[in-house]
Amino acid sequence: MPKKVRIPTPLRKLTNNEEVVEITAGTVSEAIGELQTRYPGIKERLVDETGAVRRFVNVYVNEEDIRFLQNQQTALKDGDEISIIPAIAGG
Amino acid sequence: MHATTGFMKALKCRECGREYPLSATHVCEFDFGPLEVVYDYDRIKRSLTRAAIHSRPQTMWRYRELLPVAHEPTVGMEVGFTPLIKADRLAAALGVRELWIKNDAVNYPSLSFKDRVVSVALSRAKELGFTTVACASTGNLANSVAANAAAAGLKAYVFIPSDLEQGKVVNSLIYGANVVGIRGHYDEVNRLCAEIAGKYNWAFVNVNMRPYYAEGSKSMGFEIIEQLGWRLPQHTVVCMASGSLLTKIHKSYQEFIKLGLAEGNHHHIHGAQATGCSPISTAQKAGLDFFKPVKPNTIAKSLAIGTPADGFYALRVMKETNSAAEDVTDEEIREAIKLLAEQEGIFAETAGGVTVGVAKKLIASGRIPAHESVVLCITGNGLKTLDAVVGHVGQPREIKPSLREFEAMLSVEEPEAILKD
Repeated sequence: MPKKVRIPTPLRKLTNNEEVVEITAGTVSEAIGELQTRYPGIKERLVDETGAVRRFVNVYVNEEDIRFLQNQQTALKDGDEISIIPAIAGG
Repeated sequence: MHATTGFMKALKCRECGREYPLSATHVCEFDFGPLEVVYDYDRIKRSLTRAAIHSRPQTMWRYRELLPVAHEPTVGMEVGFTPLIKADRLAAALGVRELWIKNDAVNYPSLSFKDRVVSVALSRAKELGFTTVACASTGNLANSVAANAAAAGLKAYVFIPSDLEQGKVVNSLIYGANVVGIRGHYDEVNRLCAEIAGKYNWAFVNVNMRPYYAEGSKSMGFEIIEQLGWRLPQHTVVCMASGSLLTKIHKSYQEFIKLGLAEGNHHHIHGAQATGCSPISTAQKAGLDFFKPVKPNTIAKSLAIGTPADGFYALRVMKETNSAAEDVTDEEIREAIKLLAEQEGIFAETAGGVTVGVAKKLIASGRIPAHESVVLCITGNGLKTLDAVVGHVGQPREIKPSLREFEAMLSVEEPEAILKD
């Protein structure tokens, strides 16, 4: 079973409006690389020049923020779901 | 005023500067940076004078040129212009010369500063043609969206953590809003709402309407300046959840200086958090310009945001204004709520306890010098967070309706007060 990435609205122009993309990568970092191979240009939207996830991008694996896991080194197993979500305001 | 966009020019990414049309969108497509409204300050300067402001009703809309609606507002026209109280008794208790309370605990209609942001967001949502409004909320925002949407005839969905104080839950349900409790903390509610907002064409006030919504907070700062007689306080203490309010108070001060409505001085805007959810104050105290997300655990539920969206900007503002951040424990929060109530007759919610508790620490440490002027921003009402103080404020004494019993009680507690027959 592959892993899934939920693509946020601002990035769907790059994925031909696909909301959910299936990948086979073993870590979050590899997942970003795999997305880049299929949708050139998407990587620079997600990470900065140093390779760090941009500060207004939040990445979740199975609804947990990767900063509470192993960041981009977080391992992915079959059936995992990655969400990429912009930071939003308080309430 | 421009026929279709008022005094607004565009939305602009705070990170890279790319511009976007004035639609319901909040994130830069390139780097996910937050979008912010750009104004035509030259035209505003000609229109927004002290005389013009004085001639208008005492609501937040007297500064209408600096609020992001294209036409006259249609939701929340009575919001704002809350009291600025000279708090001499609290000043004496804390050991500072000049202390003021900006009291949004009595904001109209839903008793928190959120009525400011919601009246802007819903007025703009109506301009953009939305009929359903929504929000992710720690409670106060939900109350305000529910109340203002009801009055405006809009359909409302509000999403809250399912463990909120009963007062905040009932205060949303009563207006007939669709209230959805999420089993999780606010950051999880937020994440879900970002996904819902991407799919449903609703005006989520703090998601796709955020550039407009957030600007409403500036009105609190405009009012502080006007109510102080067109001057800035040397110190302002603001509680931080996402950090947005702190950055917008700063922006309001800068805008009034830029427009010549107030003189610039060296002002400080100090940030207050609860120790149980202090990603911003922890970073500020460590001298960092980025924060580490946390899992919240505090009675100050309205401030329980572990991944604060404006944390970076709040840290930047505090650095630029040479300000401090501090945090207080749950016990210190309760003590501060009682202190404010006993000294000034103001019952603030837990976030107000955070603000007062932090001010107390900053004054005690000399970070706020005793001879300078201070404004404390009280953002919400204590009647909504009774759960936090129940059991910590004593109990009423029960007696029979008998003068003898009353005097028996008094003779124990305050014998000198008893009058002889």
